[in-house]
Amino acid sequence: MQKYSIFSLAKNALSYHKNWEQAWRSPEPKSEYDAIIVGGGGHGLATAYYLAKEHGITNVAVLEKGWIGGGNTGRNTTIVRSNYLWDEAAHLYEKAMKLWEGLSQDLNYNVMFSQRGVFNLGHTLQDMRDIERRVNANRLNGIDGVVMNAEEIKERIPIINTSPNARYPILGASFQPRGGVARHDAVAWGFARGADARGVDIIQNCEVTGFRRENGAVVGVETSKGFIKSNKIGVVAAGHSSVLAEMAELRMPIESHPLQALVSEPMKPVLDTVVMSNAVHGYVSQSDKGELVIGAGVDAYTGYGQRGSLSIIEGNIAAIVELFPIFSRVRQLRQWGGIVDVCPDACPIISKTDVKGLYFNCGWGTGGFKATPGSGWVFAHTIAKDEPHELNAAFDVNRFYTGALIDEHGAAGVAH
Amino acid sequence: MLQITCPYCGPRDQDEFTFGGEAHIVRPLDPDSLSEREWGDYLFMRENPKGNHKEQWCHSAACGKWFNVVRDTVTYEIKAIYKVGEQAPEEETCKSHQPEPEND
Repeated sequence: MQKYSIFSLAKNALSYHKNWEQAWRSPEPKSEYDAIIVGGGGHGLATAYYLAKEHGITNVAVLEKGWIGGGNTGRNTTIVRSNYLWDEAAHLYEKAMKLWEGLSQDLNYNVMFSQRGVFNLGHTLQDMRDIERRVNANRLNGIDGVVMNAEEIKERIPIINTSPNARYPILGASFQPRGGVARHDAVAWGFARGADARGVDIIQNCEVTGFRRENGAVVGVETSKGFIKSNKIGVVAAGHSSVLAEMAELRMPIESHPLQALVSEPMKPVLDTVVMSNAVHGYVSQSDKGELVIGAGVDAYTGYGQRGSLSIIEGNIAAIVELFPIFSRVRQLRQWGGIVDVCPDACPIISKTDVKGLYFNCGWGTGGFKATPGSGWVFAHTIAKDEPHELNAAFDVNRFYTGALIDEHGAAGVAH
Repeated sequence: MLQITCPYCGPRDQDEFTFGGEAHIVRPLDPDSLSEREWGDYLFMRENPKGNHKEQWCHSAACGKWFNVVRDTVTYEIKAIYKVGEQAPEEETCKSHQPEPEND
């Protein structure tokens, strides 16, 4: 791998930047791999990267039916935080946060991780009680967080509307200073480049159409590029997890919903942090290009259409404009939908399955981006050792049979 | 946005309706004899198909009645609407009435 540095930049400038090597190869699939990852989003690429880096398993293929990072990795609102209520979720997301903090150096790729802080607003007395409980739980788990009142929020974000006459007045917020945003495409590209450099084959335009099984164990995948043999297969397919589960005759407690987001025209810097509100349902940050990046909610109905209802956007924009009246005349540039795999308890499934050698990582719902490195790290462990790491042991699919759910609806960012 | 034809009130905007998830999940007749596996399947496991989905809707902002819909989860086209207690239509009658959209 050609290392990126100030020196390589200067050296390549002399040849007008025409001689940079490709960030990753585009090989044809081999007939057999030690492990196959189905799904070339951030989580899948991170899994392949950590399989190679942490476990020395380098004969790995990542199969992607479209192009890498073209699904939810390229469609989210790039927010990173770890302020989850319950111990299991808090430890998992905090693992991801610690990996984020060294990720650009580790990958030798600038993922533009910017710890500009994340506010979660409270608009009712019950919101504030929940926020205080969650911040206390976070701090007991070693996760940073403070409770702020409306005056403190106004001091930090002068453009926010803290008027007590607002329809849903801001009473306070939780603030996680280490939270922030990262450049979502760069995360996919950085993991792809790092995995490729360690020998992983990234195979795009290769759709998995079935799993071949013998005696209750998986022996390979049928794909649009033919059969590929492997006795360890990890599925990381977000909204399409149920479709893949059905191919292996597995059942998943997942429903796929369209989740929308939108960006505005670029503006001069106006918002230097991330603001989220569950109660009025909107979240916003400003990208380095100057666009407001705004997240909306899910449509109540299930769907795979990568588009949602206008009424969701209307409600979302109304909430954002009430929070930030200064944005009322900002024009929106584009709007899109991604298909999110929602679990009944708003927590992921990172798990072995009833089919030996077949592993599923899904159910991240509306908030998977923030977990990308941590998700890949624990899933790589699960695949390599054929048993979960202690960080993801609680996220077994069997929790829906034992009843040991992890109810994170309160901290999952958007209300379902 | 969807336009849904309530079998009691006629065609209305989607905003008048509440989505009720997968249809035809049968409540266990003898709950005491159910294994954990069967309980989990009943409570949590869902078909979530990519394609025709039999689902429940409630006309919550008007007549308040529940009914069933067959809807394509990719094109969002509504293929059939039938009342609770009525037989689900055969798969044949749920074929698309519209040309397939361009795949982008």
